[in-house]
Amino acid sequence: MTHSSPNAASNGHGVAVAFQDMHRWYGSVHALNGLSIDIAPGELIALLGPSGCGKTTALRALGGLDDVDEGRILVDGKDITNVPTNKRNMGIVFQAYSLFPNMTARDNVAYGLRLRGVDSAARKKKADETLELVGLGQQAGRYPHQMSGGQQQRVALARALAIEPKVLLLDEPLSALDAKVRRQLREEIRRIQIMIGITTLFVTHDQEEALAMGDRVGVMSAGRLEQIGPPSELYDRPKTRFVAEFVGLTNRIAATAQGGTVNVLGMAVPLLEGSDQSGPVEALVRPENVRLTPTDDGEARVAAVSFLGSLCRAQVTLPDETLVVAQMSASDARGLYPGAAVRVSVEPAAVFAVAA
Amino acid sequence: MTATPGGPLSAAAPGGGALIAAPKGGKRRRLSRGQTIARIAILVVVLGYLILPLFAMLEFSTRGDFGSRSLNAYAAILGKQDLIDSVTTTLQIAVLTVVGMLVLLVPTMVWTIVRVPRMRRVIEFLCLLPLAIPAIVLVVGISPIYRFMGQNFGKIGASPLTLALIDIVLVLPFAYRAIDASLRSIDTATLADAARSLGAGWVRTIVQVIMPNIRAGILSASVLAVALVLGEYTISSLLSFNTVQVVIVVLGKQDPFISVAVSFSALIFGFVLLVVIARVGGGRRTTRQVEEPAV
Repeated sequence: MTHSSPNAASNGHGVAVAFQDMHRWYGSVHALNGLSIDIAPGELIALLGPSGCGKTTALRALGGLDDVDEGRILVDGKDITNVPTNKRNMGIVFQAYSLFPNMTARDNVAYGLRLRGVDSAARKKKADETLELVGLGQQAGRYPHQMSGGQQQRVALARALAIEPKVLLLDEPLSALDAKVRRQLREEIRRIQIMIGITTLFVTHDQEEALAMGDRVGVMSAGRLEQIGPPSELYDRPKTRFVAEFVGLTNRIAATAQGGTVNVLGMAVPLLEGSDQSGPVEALVRPENVRLTPTDDGEARVAAVSFLGSLCRAQVTLPDETLVVAQMSASDARGLYPGAAVRVSVEPAAVFAVAA
Repeated sequence: MTATPGGPLSAAAPGGGALIAAPKGGKRRRLSRGQTIARIAILVVVLGYLILPLFAMLEFSTRGDFGSRSLNAYAAILGKQDLIDSVTTTLQIAVLTVVGMLVLLVPTMVWTIVRVPRMRRVIEFLCLLPLAIPAIVLVVGISPIYRFMGQNFGKIGASPLTLALIDIVLVLPFAYRAIDASLRSIDTATLADAARSLGAGWVRTIVQVIMPNIRAGILSASVLAVALVLGEYTISSLLSFNTVQVVIVVLGKQDPFISVAVSFSALIFGFVLLVVIARVGGGRRTTRQVEEPAV
């Protein structure tokens, strides 16, 4: 099955990319198992999955850094499966710091232009402009060891963009950075990507990052694409058990399914497509869909309350000792304290259910 | 004797970097009188062990008539045409060995790391093999090849410069270690991937990106190669090539003063080379010490 973009829109020099039934084996490990994705021009696709799921293999195959055993890669309609890396014109930002230590930031950014025979003055101008774009115009003369990790990754981004690549490939570029810089840089990358309109493949194992950045997010497991879609669709309407369990926090609450609905904590809620449809199941309920009502006759007890700024998260023990997590605004959490009696119910939003 | 890189040159640390450890910052612990004396004693013993033979060589080679000092032995070096020729030949062999070793080893090691990392152990084993094979065995094995080259490739085949071929093999164990340590100190695979993604072919990737960043290892490997060539005797002698070591031995039988003067000069040359390498290959500091800027 090919997964294509519902809204192909580009405001820059983005090109369409297609993975067609790609397979890759490493010995007995099937790293890519029939991967097919269509990426629209200018779209940012985030590939999300646990370690070893094949997301980096897919990115490296697109960049030409790894071979594929079967299948094709099309960029702008042309088959580039057997084109060598250095002829693909892809900009890649790696997880590890990859700046050339013997070159200044400017020389790093200009290196790709030097290889393309751009004259010295034009190289310098373009390098300085691109460094300005990532907010490092003042750091052009610095060597990598004189820069922080965040600055190095910005320079790496500038270096990748300076060659005006057909596609931008981001291989977990933020994973070595601390949380604050990470958040700031991801917003910056997204801003630049939208401004340039470049087709981008972003690989990460961080759900928050993938959901925040991707036009669409593809969830991979064992070399297969489990589901691809806009972040809200992935979160609210998972199609497979893996996606339902992997993306976001979920409570597993014992329930009974019948006729397309499931009875969870006394509330009949519709089942999502792909769920187990009958018999005893575990309903996967998001914490924000769990409602707590403080009341003296409540059978559940609050075990702990965590303050998360504008939100609060409460852990509640049900009469059958099941632990359920509920998330609410800080104002709604008034009256919740460890030991408080509460009544637990769920929002009537559709849920995914798996066999108990 | 097949000389292995030793003596003062053995201090060339594989992987290069600082050859002399710099004192770390921060407060120093005050030493007791006993510890200070022990340290000085150890230093004197070690320096004595290293310097005494050199001093003896210098003393012997500068002996003049009636207890005077003379540089006649050193001046006489210039008058020995066969000695000068052998020095020239040996230096040419050294250059060829260094170039050949680098051309053979650096691309192979980079390719292994980037494309076939599982072969790394095999390459390492092959490079270390010459250490386990005695020189005489090497000569017995290789002499038919040299005879063939001498008979079929004219002047080039019979030239002592062909010794560079076997010297490249002999230096592999030392050069491999030096270059490998440098390659391990950088993220070779990622740098190569980055360069190739930007449009560089393999040659540019190695020459413009990898080699400048393993400069210390390359310099260490080169100095070890030069040291090996300067000290190699067994194979040159058995294959009847007049390298500097062979000529020194011959001279030693005729005029021991000149022989020791040449040996001493070779050691000083090696020492100077080491200092130059330490200066040039000291390397740029690569440890990151920059904090993330405030947001």
